Order: sequence, then C-alpha cells, then structure tokens
Amino acid sequence: MTAPGPVVTQDYAASELEAQPRPQGVAQGNAFTRFIGRTPVHIAIIALCLIWLIPTVALLVSSFRESQAVAGSGWWTALTPPFEFTLSNYDRVLDTNNLGQSFVNSLFVSIPATIIPILVAAFAAYAFAWMEFPGRGLLFMLIVGLLVIPLQSALIPVLQLFVSVRIGDQTLNGTFLAIWLAHTGFGLPFAIYLLRNFFGALPREMFESAYIDGASPVTAFFRLALPTSVPALAALAIFQFMWVWNDLLIALVYLGGQQSIAPLTVTIANLVGSLGQNQQLLTAAAFISMALPLIVFFTLQRYFVRGILGGSVKG
Amino acid sequence: MATVTFDHVYKRYSADVVAVNDLNLEIADGEFLVLVGPSGCGKTTALRCVAGLETISDGKLYIGDRVVNDVAPKDRDIAMVFQSYALYPHMSVYDNLAFGLKLRKTPKADIERRVKEAAGILGLERFLDRKPKALSGGQRQRVALGRAIVREPSVFLMDEPLSNLDAKLRVQTRAEIARLHQRLGTTTVYVTHDQVEAMTMGDRIAVMKDGLLHQVGTPQELYDHPTNVFVAGFIGSPAMNFATVKATEGEDLMLGSAKLNLSGAAAKAAADRPKGADLLIGFRPEHLDIADGQADTVSIPARVDVVEYLGNEELIHAQAEGTEIVALIPSDRRVKPGDQVNLGVPLEKLHMFDPESEQSLVA
Ligand SMILES: Nc1ncnc2c1ncn2[C@@H]1O[C@H](COP(=O)(O)OP(=O)(O)O)[C@@H](O)[C@H]1O
Ligand SMILES: [Mg+2]
Repeated sequence: MTAPGPVVTQDYAASELEAQPRPQGVAQGNAFTRFIGRTPVHIAIIALCLIWLIPTVALLVSSFRESQAVAGSGWWTALTPPFEFTLSNYDRVLDTNNLGQSFVNSLFVSIPATIIPILVAAFAAYAFAWMEFPGRGLLFMLIVGLLVIPLQSALIPVLQLFVSVRIGDQTLNGTFLAIWLAHTGFGLPFAIYLLRNFFGALPREMFESAYIDGASPVTAFFRLALPTSVPALAALAIFQFMWVWNDLLIALVYLGGQQSIAPLTVTIANLVGSLGQNQQLLTAAAFISMALPLIVFFTLQRYFVRGILGGSVKG
Repeated sequence: MATVTFDHVYKRYSADVVAVNDLNLEIADGEFLVLVGPSGCGKTTALRCVAGLETISDGKLYIGDRVVNDVAPKDRDIAMVFQSYALYPHMSVYDNLAFGLKLRKTPKADIERRVKEAAGILGLERFLDRKPKALSGGQRQRVALGRAIVREPSVFLMDEPLSNLDAKLRVQTRAEIARLHQRLGTTTVYVTHDQVEAMTMGDRIAVMKDGLLHQVGTPQELYDHPTNVFVAGFIGSPAMNFATVKATEGEDLMLGSAKLNLSGAAAKAAADRPKGADLLIGFRPEHLDIADGQADTVSIPARVDVVEYLGNEELIHAQAEGTEIVALIPSDRRVKPGDQVNLGVPLEKLHMFDPESEQSLVA
C-alpha cells in the first residue's frame, strides 16, 4: 500500500446515502388506510387473546379467595366490591405443603435439563449441517426417525439402565443426574432437527470465507454459527424449558415420589386428596408453577417468534 | 506476491459432470487475470479450487512454487471475495475486516492500522461501527473487498464481485477494483461472465466453456485473433457476424450468389479449400462500413432491415443472401430501411473458420 487517500471519491460515497429518499406523506397515508383495512383482523386477534386469557385470570382471581367463597360463587363476583381477597392459600401451600422447596427443585431439574441438550444438540447439528463425514445422511435420518418414537416406549429400558448404573452405594435412578440425562435424551432429536435446519440455512459462503480467513471448524462454530443462531437457540430453550418444567411423567418415573427432591408438578399432583379436598390450594399452587414459564416466555418471546420463522422466511 | 499455475487440473463432481477439464494456465506474479465464460462453464469451480474450497480430482495446482493440492484454505495465503459478499452479519464492519487478522494473532495495533488503512482506501471510515445489514449493496461490496485487502494476501480471488450491483455502480466499482490492483499489485484471479468486464479489467483473459479453456491472451489478442468461433462470438459487443460461404476454384468465396473477392492471407486460406467446400467467415459489426470500392476490402451486398440510431453511430440490421448481418457505421452514412447497400470489411479484419472444427484458419 503506497499513496494515501481513498480510491473512492467522497461524493460517490455520499450519494449512496441519499439514494433512498423517504416520501413521508405517502407513507403515512398508506399506514392509515392499512390500519383501517386491518381492523377486522385486530378485532379477531383481541377476541382470541381474551378467550385464551380468561381461564388464566379466573385462576389468578380464585387463588386469592377463601375456599368457601370459591365453592359458593363464581370467580367474577370477586371483581365487584366488597373486595375480599386473601393470601391464605399462598401461605398454606408455601409453608405446610413444601411448595417453596419444590419450586427450587423444579429449577434444579429444568435449568440443566435445558442447557445440556441444547449444547449437545448444537454441536451435533453443526456437524450434520456443515461437516462431511461418512454416514451423515443416514445418521440424521435415524435421529429424525426418533422424533416419532413415543417417549413412553423408552421408559422401562431407560429405567433398567439407570437402576443398573451404580454411583457409590446408590443407583443412578432417583438422582437429579438421572432426570437430566433422561430429558437430554428425550429432547435431543427435536433439538438437533431444529438446529440442523437453522444452521443449514446459514450461507455456506460465510463459513468458507471464515475458513479462508483462518478459522477452524470449532472457531466457525463458536464465532459464526452460534452468534448468528441466537433466535433459534432461544426458541429451542423456551420449548425445552417449558417441556421440562411442566413434565410430570419423567419426574415421577426417574426421580420417584420423595418429597425432598420432588419438583413442582409432583408436589402439586399430591396436593389434592383423592377425594378432591383442598382443591382451593390448587389454584395458588398452579399459579406459582405458571409464573416462571410466563416470565421466561415474555422475556424471550421476540426470539421465539423469529426462531420459528427463521430459515423459512427471509429477513 | 505469487504466481498461480494450473497444471492439467481436473474437477469432476461425478462421472459425467466435469466442471473443470484439463485446465492448464499460468498466472504471472502481479497479473490481473480474468476468467470469463458463459454461466455454468466452470469458472467458479476453478476459482474455488485455487481457494482450496474444492479438492481437485486430478492434476497439480501451484501457488508460487508450492503444490497446494492438499493445503488448507487458510494456509494458501489467498483472500477471496464472494459473489454474495458472505459478510459476517453479526459483526460490525470493523470486526468483519479484523476477523481474519485476529484469528491469525496479529498484534492489536497492527490490526487497527491495517483496518483503518483499508477502510481509507475504500471510503469505509464512516461505516466501521455499522452492521452489514445497515449498508447499501455497494458498501457491502466494498467491505468484502476490504476484508480481502487487510489480509495482504499474495493472491486475490474474486468471484463475480460486481454481479449484484446496479449498472451504474458496477461501472464505478469496476474502475475502483482496477485502481486497487494498480496500487497493490497483487496477483488477482477475477471471475466474470461479462465480457465487457473481462475486456476492461484484465491484463489477460482466459475464456472458458463447458469446463474447457478455449483461449488465453490479452484483451487485444482475443479481439483481433480469436482462435475459434466461440471466442470470436463471445468477445466483443455487439457480437461478431458469421456467414457460411463456399470456396471456389480460385481465391474467391461465394456468399449465396454474391462473389467475395479476397487477397492476402485470407485469399490463401480460401484457395486451400476445395471448390464447393463450406467455410465460416466472421467480421465484427464495428469493422463494417458502406463500401465504396476501396482496395483490400471485401464487399458484401445486403439489404437494410432496421436502423438503430445511437448518436454518432448507427446499428444496422441487414440481410445478405439470407444471413443476418449487424453493422455499426457512422451516422452520416444516412442509411434507410429498405436500402440496398454494399457493406465493406477490410481484409485484415476478416476471420475465417473451419465449419467442422470451428478453429480459425487465419489467426
Ligand atoms: N457441488 C456441485 N456438485 C455437482 N455439480 C456442480 C457443483 N458445483 C458446480 N457444479 C456443476 O459444475 C459446473 C460448473 O459450475 P460453476 O463452476 O459454478 O460454473 P460458473 O462458470 O457459472 O461459475 C456446472 O455444470 C455445475 O452444475
Ligand atoms: Mg459462478
């Protein structure tokens, strides 16, 4: 490099900036007519949201009412004065029914059972998408095939496996490790499938350019594939987290009924007596168990939408 | 700086897809070589072989004195500009430029200096903090160029870098790349399907078709002495006229019932043909003019169909004994549709080809 000074003349660079004038008035007029045109759609969407929200609101309202009141009148009557709300349901489930401990247990199950499968799946998906190896197509077909195998059919074999593995004087069964592994196994096929499709839609030339720039496949994975796939990873994290958080079957089978390590779902299932007594406690407990997934969903929802559309819709 | 040498290079995707077929080509140090040909002729494949993104099926590829058949792309000391730019979408322009240097553990101050320098050359200083998505097509294209030049490689590989730009920007950027090459003097292999790009930019041009290299030479050599019908028709715009003629006993040729009088080298080539044998003659539109009996000019009688006025020149579409002829002549000739004219082509501008082998008989 010798003589200084740009090869490109400045006016050329500047003209490019001005190349996209915005006709303000026209744009606004269009926006208004479009808004009017979409009104029926908006009404339909709002109606759908209300229908979806009502049961949740009912649950929330009921959880703050006395048990006699819940049994005696509809939840909407509580929305008119006199407002007679109470925290007693929350008090009871959190104190005497050990719900607090279960909440922590649930977190302890869900977080690793979300992170581990996504991490493993990301490596696998990257290899399936971008690395040549013999049997790649067949192996991927096999994994996609696993998607349709009902989880229940694997319960017993996996249980036998867990029982046969001993750690010290205990079997693997009934430990957190067991349930992490189980959720990882059951979650992997879908996670690999989703991520492979997302990685596969990334432009090949971006990776090739990186290889020429000096990147190894591992560097390309961490510096390119992962950062450009954040929407897909977030969407997958939401799916997996919700699934694990709401799971009862796998928790019951591999974790057992022990109170000290039971997650929320197991504890809530045990709340209600076989004759339906204590059902007012269920409202508070159910709302506690819903709260976290809602928070997770709302904080990550913009990724969720993009991740589902990602790869199929451009932009 | 380095040379690039293809030594009997083949690339077969399968038994019947031979994308590059026995390519022999030596690219000199500092040369700007344009690889041109119609779509699907194997240009990109040949370039990707140099980059190491495709393994070659047979033959040897040299960069400098080193055989690089089994050398990884990152160790070939090359940089490539992709047709789609292939920028890293989540990184700023600065990081896009710096990525390759960071991976090579270049000292930070060095990276900063080289990125700033490249950004200065390409007029990108103001955009260093932006993501590619916030850039126009032309700016993205320059980031792609910048990413190649910061690396200071010994060979640039460019795959149709202008094809995604609009016509005006393409002409500007064409000149920019040419200036860049003059300034850096780095060996460059430039792929395009556009013969105008090839003619204006290349020190030398290699014309490919169906995986085969047809001719290599300077733009002028290709224009003046195409070795076969394909190169003759591909290089030059508007394209060369071709007409099938019959040899006579003497040195003349018959175009239908019209007699073409030859002399010199062309006449010798014509005389070598037995009477009645077919010959393919070619002549460029811009070499035609209204004949008025000059010496050493072949005169072709034709009837004018259409006249396209271009300002100082006119593009004439005419019929000569059933052969369509295009001629580019000065506007002051005042030719009108329906006119019967004699179109003259200087003998030294007349090309002759064997109709079977399509090889030139005079080049
Ligand atoms: N990965 C591939 N697998 C099979 N055939 C390919 C592949 N890439 C290119 N080809 C074929 O090789 C030939 C040359 O392609 P290419 O080099 O891309 O042409 P171009 O000159 O347009 O750049 C084409 O016929 C194309 O179909
Ligand atoms: Mg191509």
